[in-house]
Amino acid sequence: MPELRDLYQEVILEHSKAPRNYKEPAHANHRAEGYNPLCGDRFTVFLEMDGDVVKDIGFQGAGCAISKASASMMTQTVKGKTKAEAHRIFEQFHELVTGHGHASEAELGKLAVFSGVSEFPVRVKCATLAWHTLEAALEGKQEKVSTE
Amino acid sequence: MSATVVARSETLPALAFDVEKIRADFPILREKVRGHELVYLDNAATSQKPQAVIDAIVEYYETGNANIHRGVHFLSEKATEDFEQARQTVQRLVNAADASEIVFVRGTTEGINLVAQSYGGSNVGAGDEVVITAMEHHSNIVPWQMLCEQKGARLRVAPMNDRGELLLDEYEKLLSERTKLAAISHVSNALGTINPVKRMIAVAHAKGIPVLVDGAQAVPHLAVDVQDLDADFYAFSAHKMYGPTGVGAVYGKKALLEAMPPYQGGGDMISSVTFEKTTWNKVPHKFEAGTPDMAGVIGWRAAVEYMNRVGVARIAAHEHELLEYATQMVGALPGVRIVGTAKEKASVLSFVIEDVHPHDIGTILDQEGIAVRTGHHCAQPVMERFGIPATVRASFAMYNTREEVDALAHGIRKVREVFA
Repeated sequence: MPELRDLYQEVILEHSKAPRNYKEPAHANHRAEGYNPLCGDRFTVFLEMDGDVVKDIGFQGAGCAISKASASMMTQTVKGKTKAEAHRIFEQFHELVTGHGHASEAELGKLAVFSGVSEFPVRVKCATLAWHTLEAALEGKQEKVSTE
Repeated sequence: MSATVVARSETLPALAFDVEKIRADFPILREKVRGHELVYLDNAATSQKPQAVIDAIVEYYETGNANIHRGVHFLSEKATEDFEQARQTVQRLVNAADASEIVFVRGTTEGINLVAQSYGGSNVGAGDEVVITAMEHHSNIVPWQMLCEQKGARLRVAPMNDRGELLLDEYEKLLSERTKLAAISHVSNALGTINPVKRMIAVAHAKGIPVLVDGAQAVPHLAVDVQDLDADFYAFSAHKMYGPTGVGAVYGKKALLEAMPPYQGGGDMISSVTFEKTTWNKVPHKFEAGTPDMAGVIGWRAAVEYMNRVGVARIAAHEHELLEYATQMVGALPGVRIVGTAKEKASVLSFVIEDVHPHDIGTILDQEGIAVRTGHHCAQPVMERFGIPATVRASFAMYNTREEVDALAHGIRKVREVFA
């Protein structure tokens, strides 16, 4: 039987209460909105891209503890990474939370705390919402935010 | 007079309401969920089914299955008779004047779509308006939006107050010579509010406007009398009132139904077909194209009979007591805010907990074997009205107990522990 504590690990609860990079970076030049109509979670991910590198990243919005903590820890992880590296980490993360494939905990680092999500299939969408939004911001129409 | 008052003023059968005896009739309540006794508080989404309903469906397939209104053979005749008897049972449930005013559909949603496309399609034009309320389920919003889009008509929305009660004056003001129909919920699925539909219908009728009532959340909890309400259309589902999924009905006044064009074309809805011309069958068959869910309709009859045996008035009284107890228990817990505090409510307790998202609450309660609904309850405009993305909704049925409410309160305390 899945255990609640596997899902709601201290690190996750802490990030959900005090999310990191909860901001719109001053020089953001990419953004995307993510929405999960099932539970009403809604996030905007902002990127300041320097060529292929995520120079700065922030997010805003509202959602459950899992989705908010995931967004928070995602911003910490991908800051300074290239587009390809961020994409690779999402692939690993996706395998981790769905319980498919062989996620490399070494590559995921702190994100490994989300392994408990795989025991709660209905929560996978919560854990991946910010990541899908990041992908859209990275791969999307490269639309610039109005502050630029 | 509100429908609850009607329900409670009925003479109660002498037999005491025995919730344990009722629980024994629902096999699923014996299931263990995640190592706990199942505490099923998601009845507004769908109710559980008593053995009598399950047996009726099994018996139909084992001994009575044949297509209706077609064959001359024994089984077809028997199935037709059972099906039409079920129509009379449903007719009596809502006190329709005639069985032909009961059109079987897949559920409330299809019933509303039928009226929107058939009645609305021929009576709503460019510049006309359809009036709904701020507490509608998506199923009583989207069909009208689609119609208005097709016709160049306008959808108007009557607002509610912070308790989740409709502002009757505002509703009345919206009704004008441009209004071709009002579509209103009897009981709000997200808030539990019981609307004063009889009065709302009278106000609309005074201006010559017909009214459709979405009764999906009312029929399981209140005694409904479409003639007393003077509803023009009344849509409801079997599965929220202990019957099977995939079947429901829309009541329509006979003169209206007769003047309406068919909703779908096919078998059973015609009286004669040539490649040049087709003549429609009589009501209600004109609206029942194709082979219907016969087992579902027969299962529904068993559900109505089951409810009748227990007594709708006694069900309403039991649920009302549970709702009051739950409101008191849950409302007293720290950080809890109840959403929807109308004076007249039925069976729904929607709430939020400070700093904890409903989705997380749902997961933690689920670990305790407690089934609640979390989310927007297919009523996003209601959530927007209260400035929240979602709520937790506990909704009660005749088989729920005070102990289950205690389990819910215990579960909520656990939520606070996890998020402490």
